[in-house]
Amino acid sequence: MKVQIPSALRSYTERGSAEAQGATLAELLADLDRQYPGIRFRMIDEQERVRRHIRIFINGQQVHELACALSNGDDVVIVQALSGG
Amino acid sequence: MPIRSRTPNRKSPRVTVLVATRKGAWLFHGDAARKTWKTDGPHFLGHVVSHLVLDPRDGRTLLAAAKTGHLGPTVFRSTDRGKTWKEATQPPAFAKAAEGTQGRSVDHTFWLTPAPASEPGVWYAGTSPQGLFRSADGGVSWAPFSVINDDPRFREWMGTVQDGTPDGPKLHSVIVDPRDTAHLYIAMSGGGVHESTDGGRSWNTLIKGLDVVEGFGFDPLQPTFHDPHCIRMCPTNPDRLYQQNHCGIYRIDRPSDTWVRIGSSMPKKTGDIGFPLVVHPRDDNTAWVFPMDGTSVWPRTSPGGKPAVYGTCNGGRTWQRLDGGLPKSQAWWTVKRQAMTADAHDPVGLYFGTTSGELWMSRNEGRKWQCIARHLPEIYAVDAAVL
Repeated sequence: MKVQIPSALRSYTERGSAEAQGATLAELLADLDRQYPGIRFRMIDEQERVRRHIRIFINGQQVHELACALSNGDDVVIVQALSGG
Repeated sequence: MPIRSRTPNRKSPRVTVLVATRKGAWLFHGDAARKTWKTDGPHFLGHVVSHLVLDPRDGRTLLAAAKTGHLGPTVFRSTDRGKTWKEATQPPAFAKAAEGTQGRSVDHTFWLTPAPASEPGVWYAGTSPQGLFRSADGGVSWAPFSVINDDPRFREWMGTVQDGTPDGPKLHSVIVDPRDTAHLYIAMSGGGVHESTDGGRSWNTLIKGLDVVEGFGFDPLQPTFHDPHCIRMCPTNPDRLYQQNHCGIYRIDRPSDTWVRIGSSMPKKTGDIGFPLVVHPRDDNTAWVFPMDGTSVWPRTSPGGKPAVYGTCNGGRTWQRLDGGLPKSQAWWTVKRQAMTADAHDPVGLYFGTTSGELWMSRNEGRKWQCIARHLPEIYAVDAAVL
């Protein structure tokens, strides 16, 4: 699956998208972390909660649960809020 | 405040000032005379860097506690004096909570302490919200340490996020006794001061003698009402600690368990409220503070817009105002708890970074100050290192 990566996380991927696999969002993020160590903890905290300024969309729909099922060909977009000063 | 030469004159190593800010980190490399400074940075531009610390045991490893406004926290590590950086493989993180219970997550690592030379590679970290973590591999991986993070009594003393400082409640001032590494001190804002003599397995509160905010009926025996801002152990006398607290400046001489308010001898107009406290590297009677306005709504600025360091050379019996070279008026900044430090030269060099992004230093123990950098982001931490 193609995963769109926000600018703040491109220090890990060095590009705006990455390829990752998984039957669930949790598995996909684990695969991303295997390829780019450390990237998952910047998005998901130790209680398995999506961090406050991170949003994840699957085929245009925002998802909140890491157990969300994925299918081959799904479009995964990770968005990072840029609020603040 | 007299300057006394306490060691034979010998060539002192060059100092690098490590500066952590709200928008990145900088290193300022000094010449042998500490007169000119070469800027190295920014590192991690845009990251909130709470603390940047050199491992004095090897003189080359740097740890930076960082996060961005929008991503989770991490620790960066350099083993080549800041030329290259790698992220910790396991940054400080609380244990996952049991099903059905509300677990905490680390917002940011706030404080880093390398253990004494007898424990190479060991570091401690204090976080926001309050948590204590340890690394045994030079900061590569971190694990929760001690009973503190999950002990119901400590959790009650820590309060909630709403009870803490505006940018989150913090565990800080992690101090390891160089004579006995099982002897630890920690402080929490809020949550008081605590001591362990068994390597963190158990803790005793150490709050006797500390005042609490008056007028609300707060019980001074309850750690939750105590807000230590910064505690420092004297390098030449580990039985003496100084503390800058929300409610004054204190000293304790162990084995006494009672803090003595030495800030009472500060000028009344200035008061004894502030964040940082620095101790002399070789003289346990000498310490410096940076008072701030803690009146009315707590502006947390230099009192009257006239910044000054105050120093004592008699353990806090008297204090001297040290403002030579500092602005005489309309300077409304202050200095945060990790943002003031000393080098080991003779005379000692003092350094502080301001909330308005200025880095100041004195080559003569505070008698005369010069600004060595301006226009940095808000400075959170300053450390003097020999790289």
